[in-house]
Amino acid sequence: MTTTLTPVLTQTWGEERSWTLETYERFDGYSALRTALAGTPADVIETVKSSGLRGRGGAGFPTGMKWGFLPPPDGGPRYLVVNADESEPGTCKDMPLLMAAPQLLVEGVAITSFAIGCHHAFIYLRGEVLHVYRRLMHAVEEAYAKGYLGTNILGSGFDLDVTVHAGAGAYICGEETALLDSLEGRRGQPRLKPPFPAVAGLYARPTVVNNVESIASVPSIIRNGSEWFRSMGTERSTGFGIFSLSGHVKHPGQYEAPLGVTLRELLEMAGGMRDGNALKFWTPGGSSTPIFTPEHLDVPLDFESVGAAGSMLGTRALQIFDETTCVVRAVDRWNDFYAHESCGKCTPCREGTYWMREVLNRLEKGRGTEDDLDKLLDMCDNILGRAFCALGDGATSPVTSSIKYFRDEYIRHLVEGGCPFDPSASALFAPEAIGAS
Amino acid sequence: MSVSDDYPNAELAQTARPAAGFDDEVRARLDADAALVLARYPEPRSALLPLLHLVQSEEGYVSPRGIEFCAELLGLTTADVAGVATFYTQYKRRPNGEYTVGVCTNTLCAVMGGDAIFDSLSRHLDVGHDETTEDGKITLERIECNAACDYAPVMMVNWEYFDNQTPASAREVVDGLRAGMPVRPTRGASSVCSFKQMARVLAGFPDGRADEGPGAGDASLVGLRLAAEKGWSAPGAEGDQAGATSGGEA
Repeated sequence: MTTTLTPVLTQTWGEERSWTLETYERFDGYSALRTALAGTPADVIETVKSSGLRGRGGAGFPTGMKWGFLPPPDGGPRYLVVNADESEPGTCKDMPLLMAAPQLLVEGVAITSFAIGCHHAFIYLRGEVLHVYRRLMHAVEEAYAKGYLGTNILGSGFDLDVTVHAGAGAYICGEETALLDSLEGRRGQPRLKPPFPAVAGLYARPTVVNNVESIASVPSIIRNGSEWFRSMGTERSTGFGIFSLSGHVKHPGQYEAPLGVTLRELLEMAGGMRDGNALKFWTPGGSSTPIFTPEHLDVPLDFESVGAAGSMLGTRALQIFDETTCVVRAVDRWNDFYAHESCGKCTPCREGTYWMREVLNRLEKGRGTEDDLDKLLDMCDNILGRAFCALGDGATSPVTSSIKYFRDEYIRHLVEGGCPFDPSASALFAPEAIGAS
Repeated sequence: MSVSDDYPNAELAQTARPAAGFDDEVRARLDADAALVLARYPEPRSALLPLLHLVQSEEGYVSPRGIEFCAELLGLTTADVAGVATFYTQYKRRPNGEYTVGVCTNTLCAVMGGDAIFDSLSRHLDVGHDETTEDGKITLERIECNAACDYAPVMMVNWEYFDNQTPASAREVVDGLRAGMPVRPTRGASSVCSFKQMARVLAGFPDGRADEGPGAGDASLVGLRLAAEKGWSAPGAEGDQAGATSGGEA
């Protein structure tokens, strides 16, 4: 094994009362804010640009470049909005980060706001994580009390208010323009782009929308420098990221490693598959990224390599399924999710996910025909690239990739007149006798 | 609330006629809270989502008068507010149970056992998805991915984490809740609060419980512990930061 883990964001998660400002300061917390405030906003942007940090929310857009897209100051407000709506199936890195070390994000927000000239930042947290919301509100309160937020921060003359806002249950709000509509008190539906948020975002003002992990990475970059960050990862996918392993592995959990680590390496760290079962399929970055198979175990998990292998790095949400799992059942259920979460704004996604649900439901029950597979691919063809936002595109990923790699398994459902798998075999516990309640 | 239970179209009927407002005392309290919510935003309409959480904390759901309250405060029509409220799954259109019990049945949790857990709870409680037990204690739901896949199968009670569930452990949780016993989430406050108390926190009013519970569960720490065991660290981090090598040992 050549790659080793590089705990930076996760470094303090195991400390006693890790979420408090006191603990955070013990680990050099807010020293990066002092450094940033002693320099100029342009210095911060330049450091982040040269670090090569790319968005950790899925799309991988260079963070510093995104900041650089803001038009020159015109005297009106500019906003930073943190996307903490983590809802992509399989993705489970931002919530544990905010539960264990919310100050990392708050310091990142303060530094980023200084860099882009923002005086009121928002953290949009999904509403379904009560304790994370408590911790975040508390972290912001503590930061105000210590003078890291508020007016004249650390005597620099820089002012910043931070509002932590809870959503109310809608996957689509992870899409940055839907998030902005939601934050404005509307139904969370995506906006037409352009204009991009950098030009007309929150309240039609210049706005940067960044993922939690992106912003939480900023303090370490400011503290240790862009060269330090670039010393990890690959040339175009620099730095570290949290890889979230879930499913049929011995030790599921969070593994912070340089980008470019492989699943083979991560699996070894995670103790391998459960019960020595064989790996069947996995997602590299959440359910919206085309699935991979054991043949992809050595694909470096960086933006370029995963893309070249036909998927996307996404959020590094590695959902791992062993040979006991029915791929049709998995895809059917993912599609139920997209159909449920489609916001209804555009026809390809709203109707497409609905009709795919009809077809997938019957295929899983062994009641479809082989023509249904072509029908599904045709529907995907009509959604991908034609939907209003990435939700529709994402919905096609599991369908097309599973038919590509597991067409035979779909056919088996038809031949056998039902699902050939025993669902209890893939569960973590032994089946109970019916009526155990 | 009564009408909606007996007549399928009662929600429409309630919306169609002017809602009886909150009584003076409640109204004064809501007004005071709402002013604090509004003060957080540069534009008043941004307060709508927290205000809907606020009215839900008062009545256990977003009622017609709750909608009217938000509309009046923000200068919107009730249709505008209802349009927003119905878009988000956390806002309830009927009185909710004291505890929302959500079982993740998105693919990964479903495969790992979430489907079996939901079925078991459904039989045990004799309710289906989005239905409430007769004693008004529990509303059972199928929920989507809640960002804890490394703890699958996951259940949420009033949006607190109950990790690594089995049908038996899930039944034990709901039995405890129905018996009025304090029930402790795996990663969360020391005990689960009520649906109304939860909604109030989501409106942005802290309940002073942020310091309860652990910072992280085992799965969150598994990589960190492995790194400590193997002596792995990020370059340059060593000696650079106080206590840099002690991570994960608490």
